[in-house]
Amino acid sequence: MHELSVCQSIISQVLEVAKQNKAKSVFKISLQIGPLSGVEASLLEAAFPIACAGTIAENAKLETELLPIKVRCQICGNENEAKINHLLCSACNSWQTELISGDEMLLRSIELDK
Amino acid sequence: MCDTCGCNITDGNKDMLEPGGKLEKTESGHESIEVLQNLLHENNHQATHNREHFDKNQVLAINLMSSPGSGKTSLLEATIDALKGELSVAVIEGDLETENDAQRIRDKKVPAIQIQTGSACHLDAHMAHHAVHELNLENLDIVFIENVGNLVCPASFDLGHHLNVTLLSVTEGDDKPAKYPVMFRGSNLHVMTKVDLLPYLDDFKIENAEQNIRNLANPSLILKVSAKNQQGISEWIDWLKQQINLHRQLLAQGQTLLPKMQSDGTKLHAHEHNH
Ligand SMILES: Nc1nc2c(ncn2[C@@H]2O[C@H](COP(=O)(O)OP(=O)(O)O)[C@@H](O)[C@H]2O)c(=O)[nH]1
Ligand SMILES: [Mg+2]
Ligand SMILES: [Zn+2]
Ligand SMILES: [Zn+2]
Repeated sequence: MHELSVCQSIISQVLEVAKQNKAKSVFKISLQIGPLSGVEASLLEAAFPIACAGTIAENAKLETELLPIKVRCQICGNENEAKINHLLCSACNSWQTELISGDEMLLRSIELDK
Repeated sequence: MCDTCGCNITDGNKDMLEPGGKLEKTESGHESIEVLQNLLHENNHQATHNREHFDKNQVLAINLMSSPGSGKTSLLEATIDALKGELSVAVIEGDLETENDAQRIRDKKVPAIQIQTGSACHLDAHMAHHAVHELNLENLDIVFIENVGNLVCPASFDLGHHLNVTLLSVTEGDDKPAKYPVMFRGSNLHVMTKVDLLPYLDDFKIENAEQNIRNLANPSLILKVSAKNQQGISEWIDWLKQQINLHRQLLAQGQTLLPKMQSDGTKLHAHEHNH
């Protein structure tokens, strides 16, 4: 599973920010994840303790906010929520839509102890 | 290799890190910092760097993805035969650690670099970077990267290529795009492979596969190809040539092609490198 590599990437980004801010430890890490990002929040949470062991983020809480899938129709302009494999316009049923939310995988914020 | 550039402080988030910016004390007394970075920031940074290597040498790089056994290496063999000396090709082989696939390519007198993936389920931009530096990019027109056979993990990792091509063989079910939406949504081109077998299958309908791809709001071209009887190979070669031209036109305007991918990290970090 690629979630372990994603976790390792998160940890090194977190440690970099912690170092710049001369933090003693990391208290909380907040993520935003969309279902179309290709990253599974539950698998990230499972891999997280392995990735942060022995670092100053060892005891950090991992918080993930799941974002909804939203599309905008390029034919009629309608905006609606959509299912992961059905990104159609709910008004005119066309598939020519643009994703406006749902593919995020963001490191949102970090809480530090100094 | 490149210097570490400290680029995770971008213009966008710089002021957030400075005292008085968005750095706040929370109720529990911790210091909260807004970061707003892609989770694969480091990978995307390396990918951008790899793409600069390709672009500097006017090389188009294509990431080939599919389930195991869908016909990636066979398509590459047929492609090399069809291009015969017309375009200069190299292959980066990432599909598991046997040298089999790389050897099949080298048998066609085309350079092939085998990436040591160990048990990895996907290639990443760092692995690709090592391979890129083993190629003589000056002499090449096109580099194919054969990714690990897997419809999940490779979809999340930009390798520094320009286009994603996903193969779907007619023996594996026309509902694959609905089951693996991240992969099929992020493809610039879909190739239905092994179409010579269609007469023997009653449950694979190209129209269903196409509908499932459209349901992901993906307008991509869908090619029907057989590496066995060469059906569709000339359409595939035409598409490759069009993309090479498009890429060169963009380069002439100081732009490049970015793979249709879910991550926005490359857009956030298209900065200059010092080598
Ligand atoms: N009938 C048929 N078999 C094919 C075709 N392309 C590949 N195969 C077979 O499918 C198997 C896997 O092909 P390969 O190219 O190694 O797949 P890869 O794992 O995606 O690289 C091999 O036994 C090939 O001979 C095709 O167009 N038609
Ligand atoms: Mg292969
Ligand atoms: Zn509409
Ligand atoms: Zn380099």
